[in-house]
Amino acid sequence: MTILRIPTPLRPYTNGKNEVNVSGANISEALNDLTNQFPNIKPHLFNEGGELRPFVNIFIGENNIKDLQGVDTPVKDGERLMLIPSIAGGMHVA
Amino acid sequence: MLPELSRDEILRYSRHLLIPEVGLEGQRKLKNSSVLIIGTGGLGSPVALYLAAAGVGRLGLVDYDVVDSSNLQRQVIHGTSTIGKLKVESAKAKLLDLNPDIQVDVFNESLTSENALRIARDFDLILDGTDNFPTRYLTNDVAVFLGKPNVYASIYRFDGQVSVFYAKEGPCYRCLFPEPPPPGLVPSCAEGGVLGVLPGTIGTLQATEALKILLGIGEPLIGKLLLYNALDMSFDFVKLKKNPNCRVCGPNADIKELIDYEEFCGVPSHDHDEGSAGAGLDITAPELAERMKTNHLKLLDVREPHELEISALQNAVNIPLGELAGRLSELDSADEMVVFCKGGSRSARALELLASAGFKKAKNLKGGINAWAREVDKDLPVY
Repeated sequence: MTILRIPTPLRPYTNGKNEVNVSGANISEALNDLTNQFPNIKPHLFNEGGELRPFVNIFIGENNIKDLQGVDTPVKDGERLMLIPSIAGGMHVA
Repeated sequence: MLPELSRDEILRYSRHLLIPEVGLEGQRKLKNSSVLIIGTGGLGSPVALYLAAAGVGRLGLVDYDVVDSSNLQRQVIHGTSTIGKLKVESAKAKLLDLNPDIQVDVFNESLTSENALRIARDFDLILDGTDNFPTRYLTNDVAVFLGKPNVYASIYRFDGQVSVFYAKEGPCYRCLFPEPPPPGLVPSCAEGGVLGVLPGTIGTLQATEALKILLGIGEPLIGKLLLYNALDMSFDFVKLKKNPNCRVCGPNADIKELIDYEEFCGVPSHDHDEGSAGAGLDITAPELAERMKTNHLKLLDVREPHELEISALQNAVNIPLGELAGRLSELDSADEMVVFCKGGSRSARALELLASAGFKKAKNLKGGINAWAREVDKDLPVY
């Protein structure tokens, strides 16, 4: 079991949870577990072809999975995963 | 040669001069420095105030907007007395009151591919306090091309991100986010809201990073991203690496000059066509009021439930935009429907979703319920 940290913009799709317990031997399996638990988050992470969207960054501990083995990066029990989205914020727009 | 400090300046900055890491030489360095602040809003307010107070010799402010009452919940450089004034002028007056010894250059324009290099060229450091993706990518690319550090921050509701993107020594913004999210997938602060103090927290961190870089002290957030959450009171750090495939700062970069960032991001950099779904798809508030006298129209409110407590239209069905795709069965495509939100952006996206699901008779209330409150029912508040 691993803790996956959910950023505020994605919390509406995880029933407001800031952390979700996921299981899986690698990132791909852990994300599958996440989208099985919370199907509404899926289109925000994956494109129609099932690939991780390029603006979604997943960190395992301090490191970006893009600098490791991507979605094949192995996940050990107790490691902390973080989703890091693009956020635009400053102030305005309708 | 660093400029000398006057007798008055020595007194003004005495608390800096007492710190060995700053001292007289550091303060003279600050006096000799210049920082360009993109945006004079939530982030730009604390940044500009603290950099001015700290004695950074020249500040540049870029903003095209005017002060609005809804800004004052967080944009503390402005005030009730400057509502309606240009933000750059409102900010300049405040900064020169705080510190008359500095120079404030104002650029009352939006940052564009045409003016950005000219504006940024003469500053030591660029500070990204923008609120939209096109300007964020533009700011990044300008900093990369001019070889200047870009002190980055971004905020949303309770979350903040801070980093220093300096392509000479580490990654740039595009190394982390090679491309922006498709329009509509990420809500803006005006849709999602922001805790007023959040840009204060995050902006002062940005100002801290800027001062460290100008003074050459400490460890700047190069190659590191700080993630802050106010509700959890958590500060997390992750490592950022240069992306070897980065299109602006990688070894095989193919973007060598500024591009069309609105096209790249698929969204306008500011609200020049606020709350419209496009030609033929809008209905204005007065038109809707007229139609409602004679026709039965279905009203669909795609705002979040808590927004209905602020203002609502009678008989409207509420399905938040995020739930719409899964709740289409509650609607009838044969109905003539008018979709609305706060300002017209979310409803415009709802309209696209509805059209792709076969709802051909839906229109967007241009300018949202706020337009209705301004033009039809003046008892309703605008928010």
